[in-house]
Amino acid sequence: MTRAKQLIRRVWQDFYLVFIMAFLYAPIVTMMVLSFNASKSRTQWGGFTLSWYTQMFASRNIINALHNTLLIAFLSALIATVIGTAAAIGISSMKAVPKTMLMGITNIPMLNADIVTGISLMLAFIAFGISMGFQTILISHITFNIPYVILSVMPKLKQTSRSTYEAAMDLGAGPVYAFFKVVFPDILPGVLSGFLLAFTMSLDDFIITHFTRGAGINTLSTLIYSEVRRGIRPSMYALSTVIFVTVLVLLLVSNFAPRRKEA
Amino acid sequence: MNRERKAFSLTGQGLSLGKKLLAGPYLVWMTGFIIIPLVLIVYYGLTDKNGAFTLANITAIATPEHVKALGLSLVLSFISTVICLVLAYPLAMILRRRGVGQKSFIVFLFILPMWMNFLLRTLAWQTLLEKNGVINGILGLLHLPAQNLINTPGAIIFGMVYNFLPFMVLPVYNVLCKIDDNTVNAARDLGASPFQTLVYIWLPLSLPGIVSGITMVFVPALTTFVISNLLGGSKILLIGNVIEQEFMKGSNWHQGSGLSLVLMGFILISMALIAKYDKNGEGSAF
Repeated sequence: MTRAKQLIRRVWQDFYLVFIMAFLYAPIVTMMVLSFNASKSRTQWGGFTLSWYTQMFASRNIINALHNTLLIAFLSALIATVIGTAAAIGISSMKAVPKTMLMGITNIPMLNADIVTGISLMLAFIAFGISMGFQTILISHITFNIPYVILSVMPKLKQTSRSTYEAAMDLGAGPVYAFFKVVFPDILPGVLSGFLLAFTMSLDDFIITHFTRGAGINTLSTLIYSEVRRGIRPSMYALSTVIFVTVLVLLLVSNFAPRRKEA
Repeated sequence: MNRERKAFSLTGQGLSLGKKLLAGPYLVWMTGFIIIPLVLIVYYGLTDKNGAFTLANITAIATPEHVKALGLSLVLSFISTVICLVLAYPLAMILRRRGVGQKSFIVFLFILPMWMNFLLRTLAWQTLLEKNGVINGILGLLHLPAQNLINTPGAIIFGMVYNFLPFMVLPVYNVLCKIDDNTVNAARDLGASPFQTLVYIWLPLSLPGIVSGITMVFVPALTTFVISNLLGGSKILLIGNVIEQEFMKGSNWHQGSGLSLVLMGFILISMALIAKYDKNGEGSAF
């Protein structure tokens, strides 16, 4: 290939990258800019203001929803991490057939449509007599978070060598002690990324929460949905900006933080 | 991502039972909140209000309004999936050539919007497309006539492509990264044109990723009710909207469950496709 041809190709590729990047980020940037716009119009710049942000933080609805969202995300990620990590260890010690079956169950909530998962959980809560509210959202989030934890921990478990674990046992460690001293440090990155993945998934969820929340409780997602249907207010842009920046920081930390042990 | 296929399993002789028991809480939880709920949908879908067996909830899909909603959902999600594939494949190729390893920053930039709350992403497009929105505002500044952008099927497609594009990019990119440069070079050395290399090397080798990407776009697009609600207005009903209304407004749960079963049929078909073309889970996004 000649040099000119290569150059043209590279320019074309850059152009394409920029084009898609613009498509992906233009709407987000627009919202961020509008969140600082003093004018309520979407096309006229009325000067810089932070009043939408103060309005946002003064709103009891938004603060309550934020509180619910964070609490549910944290608790559901934590519980899912405990159940999921234990499950991954259990499943990896199983024979092929039960292993495939259990991994099949793990895949159901990931492949099924959210609307079906949401509806089925709602029917189940009513059948079990669990009243809709904070607890039902939490249970639902744990349910769809567990598979993400298992899928994060599994590959790390496969990489751990059994001989170090057995060596620890030969040297007199009990199974539990040997596990926490030898195996657990090896799978820790998987456990942590599972937790972070679960946390983000919970923050992001709308559809399943929509069906399982009942009246009277809102997460940020459901709050945004009801607000948006009534017409967008600029404080929603402020909220979007805050969420976007938070997610960005979380992801940067989880993706690019220096890790001591990288498999 | 199965980098270590031949790795160890932890099967021990004496300890294996104790270890297996660790999966107990998981099994109980998933039975209670995944299996039983799905059984309940089947039960509701196949019974009427008195609990008698009926197929009426399933055959209700054949009524004109439901056929229209399902047909429109299928058409719009099909178009969106095709657009996503056409946009994502070259992007993934370029990213493969440019990106250094799985964790490169540029790849991260293209995946990032996927992690943003999808209501906010849709809200952003509403802002751009609305009658008094940003795009019409810019057109106005240029003294061009305002366009009717929102509340059209086109707006819904836009929303779908925007929301689900990263779901196509990621699996295709992951699979492309595993293709050995030597295979491609060998084809070129043997005289294959770039087009032939694409058809005989790139596409067949990246098929698992493509199939996985197609399902990851098609299923949420087919079942969405949020995008159609926010960008399509109240007049355009997709099958997701119909089901959502049965549960949240009409409270005819039997009917809603029956329609969900029909929807699950389509999901099962796409899962079967994944199983057929992506046996090793190579195309999985996570």
